[in-house]
Amino acid sequence: MFGKLGWDAIPFDQPVPLIAGAVVVLAVLGILAWIVVKGWARYLWKEWITSVDHKHIGIMYILLGLLMLLRGFIDAIMMRAQQAVAFHAPGYLPPEHYDQVFSAHGTIMILFGAMPLIIGLMNFVVPLQLGVRDVAFPTLNSVSFWLTATGALLVNLSLVIGEFARTGWLPYPPLSELRYSPGVGVDYYLWSLQISGIGTLLTGINFVTTILKLRAPGMTYLRMPMFCWTSLASCLLIVAAFPVLTASLAMLTLDRYLDFHFFTNEAGGNAMMFVNLIWAWGHPEVYILVLPAFGIFSEVISTFSSKPLFGYRSMVAATLFICIVSFCVWLHHFFTMGAGGDVNAVFGIASSIIAVGTGVKIYNWLFTMYGGRIRFTTPMLWSLGFMTTFITGGLTGVLLAVPPADFLLHNSMFLVAHFHHVIVAGVVFAVMAAITYWWPKAFGFRLHEGWGEAAFWFAFVGFYVTFMPLYWVGILGMTRRLQHYDVAEWRPWLLISAAGVAILIVGVACQVIQLVVSYLRRNELRDTTGDPWDGRTLEWATSSPPPVYNFAVLPQVKDAEVYWEVKQRAFERERMPEEPDYEPIEMPRNSPTGVVCAFFATIVGFALIWHIWWMMIVGLVGAYATFVVFAWRDVPEYVIPAEEVARLDRENRAIRQRVLSGEAWA
Amino acid sequence: MTYIGKSGSRAARFSLLSLASLLPSLARADSIFAPAGPVARGDTLILLDSLVIMLAIVIPTMIVTLAFAWWYRASNTRAVYRPEFTYSGKIELVVWSIPALTIFFLGGVIWIGSQKLDPFAPLPSTEKPLEIEAVSFDWKWLFIYPEQNIASVNQLVIPVGRPLHFRITSASVFNVFFVPRLGSMIYAMNGMVTQLNLQADQPGKYLGLSAHFSGDGFPDMKFDSIAVPPAQFADWVAGANGAPLDRAAVDGLLKQSVATKPYTYRGIDPALFGAIAAQKVPPGEGPQEGRGGPGTQNVVPRGGKP
Repeated sequence: MFGKLGWDAIPFDQPVPLIAGAVVVLAVLGILAWIVVKGWARYLWKEWITSVDHKHIGIMYILLGLLMLLRGFIDAIMMRAQQAVAFHAPGYLPPEHYDQVFSAHGTIMILFGAMPLIIGLMNFVVPLQLGVRDVAFPTLNSVSFWLTATGALLVNLSLVIGEFARTGWLPYPPLSELRYSPGVGVDYYLWSLQISGIGTLLTGINFVTTILKLRAPGMTYLRMPMFCWTSLASCLLIVAAFPVLTASLAMLTLDRYLDFHFFTNEAGGNAMMFVNLIWAWGHPEVYILVLPAFGIFSEVISTFSSKPLFGYRSMVAATLFICIVSFCVWLHHFFTMGAGGDVNAVFGIASSIIAVGTGVKIYNWLFTMYGGRIRFTTPMLWSLGFMTTFITGGLTGVLLAVPPADFLLHNSMFLVAHFHHVIVAGVVFAVMAAITYWWPKAFGFRLHEGWGEAAFWFAFVGFYVTFMPLYWVGILGMTRRLQHYDVAEWRPWLLISAAGVAILIVGVACQVIQLVVSYLRRNELRDTTGDPWDGRTLEWATSSPPPVYNFAVLPQVKDAEVYWEVKQRAFERERMPEEPDYEPIEMPRNSPTGVVCAFFATIVGFALIWHIWWMMIVGLVGAYATFVVFAWRDVPEYVIPAEEVARLDRENRAIRQRVLSGEAWA
Repeated sequence: MTYIGKSGSRAARFSLLSLASLLPSLARADSIFAPAGPVARGDTLILLDSLVIMLAIVIPTMIVTLAFAWWYRASNTRAVYRPEFTYSGKIELVVWSIPALTIFFLGGVIWIGSQKLDPFAPLPSTEKPLEIEAVSFDWKWLFIYPEQNIASVNQLVIPVGRPLHFRITSASVFNVFFVPRLGSMIYAMNGMVTQLNLQADQPGKYLGLSAHFSGDGFPDMKFDSIAVPPAQFADWVAGANGAPLDRAAVDGLLKQSVATKPYTYRGIDPALFGAIAAQKVPPGEGPQEGRGGPGTQNVVPRGGKP
């Protein structure tokens, strides 16, 4: 009846996951009860869960990403604590649990933390910057989000029901084959990634289409803001790379479920093929994350230096250069598998060539600041923290791309330190900068500066204290994923690293306090103008938060710095441009398709993990029925009358006119 | 350029290495900056060369970043605001050239280093290399000395000054053979044989480990790599006793376990390594019910039962 599922799936004998799981379940139930008691359920369902508005979907993505970032961070705390105590001792986490923790940490941080955060920011910002009303396929967008949430849910379910993979975040066969991983851990990994991977692929298609096909009149490619360019590059990589992930995971799934032999030790299987394929996705994946991060820094540095981005065309070229070359370097993840001098050299050089594109970007940000008037707001602090930190992270990356150096450092703690160096300083700092930067646009009030600055400094210092010792311990020969060790020289550095985590915890706490304080003091932090930072791109032309249709009238783009130019003209003339002719706006109707589809996807995933075949069929039928119902809908859109548009836009214009007539900006 | 053999004789490189070895805790620990053989020296040298090449542009860039950010702060009235300064062909030429030239230079280092330090390439020496066959099991290392007709578990005894030629495979999952102070690591993979050429220049006991996660017993997949003078090595070979390494012995090794104490075999089936590599010996059997691995108190993999 229930396949492999039985009471022994619940880890009653392991207090740590059991208590953690119980706390999470209670918290979720508590929040649900709170929502019902407060009577918010209907509002949440109508305005958020079934919303196809790219802004709401973006915010939900970011919320999911932040929650998963916290979950992954808790895993990190557990690992650093384990290595701090497990010297000549077993520590407090037994191997089978520790192995799950580091596997879950990597999987969650990359696929359910960083990806939703980056995709959420794309969702919120790209249509606004392009000057359009929504993405190309709004309902599909909602499906993408909810499928990602399904994946995240399944990963977290494994905490309480069964186990997660004990293989590392990339399940190399033969370890991930049935013979060596007989439990459901790898199956949780496979199905949560497959389901969320479909969501990510759909997002890629959606945004490539949006950016190529839906831009405001006059917005040629070379007038697009940098963030749109980097999002385009990132989504092109998604469209090219995620099918590779899907295929390689599908092959491993066939091995585990239907006795195939793609990667097994027996019957002619070849595990190295998996390593090749997974990195053919895995390497572009890091650029999927970091390219939009570069876009964020471009926007932030330009805005707070009060200058257009320096060398815009050069930046576009560097972005596309990185986009293409990132597909030609995957072999550097396994120089030590004995490919031979020529092959290693070619891939080593290709890998370090990426540093040319990155270097160009650093120098162009540098010259954006040159001759600027720099305001050291929180987003700018994150950006400067990124610039100074990322350079050395790139340096250690190029070191690892030098095959003979990699022969000493592959899989070591040095490697661990390196990729945290670039992902934390690159992606996490970018996300923090972006959230602070676009928060007023999303919610109509700014975030508290003091707590934001505190969060930055703790995170910045904490990052160095945590990861610099890990570089050193890697040089001392320590390899990654050790549950215990007995080399005395490693110990002090691991203790310092654990202390660094304590500083990071303070940083995260400041970040949470910042959100709470900002919410409580939202009236004094109110952004009435819609343009709190003296911005340059189109999202600042509309109100904060923007109306559902974003722009009352689609903007006419005549320049790369369209909003800046319009604003300067308005300042000179001390009045707003002529009132446009308002027309009725058609917007897509909200649809529960996404959330219902994901509900059935969750059932399918869970059933497949536990071999409950009838349940899988129920889920598949349900998902197909959802699709049919959606396809047969009668009214896909609704109309906002011209008077309503005019009323809302006149309010926005009146506020801006007051600013122009001499009242203080923001 | 020779990175192997007599490298380190050139003053500049030598000083780099000795500079590194001045740093505290290096001499005692199994640091990659304390190379004990020509391969490790070559690898470390390439690493430090690359580091210095990159630092030459990284440090100035960081300084300029902080300097620009500080000087052009909004409150500095002496800084000239130039909002129209958004493009300069000359600057673009320079900003593409600096990283490109650096990588061009580094590319040369990469090319030469990859060729000279290819783990498969034999080391230059007048002596015939000592043949060692290494097999990774769950979770211990087996070192077969075919010419000496002995084998050793979790202990690698090697003669100082003589090149070593390893052939490496796995009897279960992926592992990486790595002795940090001897240099290059290489994967041990089932169904495949990789090769590695190493040499120890000074006697000592060096940490050896697996550098690729292989399951619950992975942290204990470490071994002592003991470099001794040739005469002492001969003594060790002569004194290495134990059961013969036959199929029955291998079947024992294939079970998941950790070897807490190293031990030896005498009498080797010469076809054994080939049989494991060609998968004629079935691979390690993985976790059995009630035996999830060492120190796991008989944990059953959850959901493992059909």
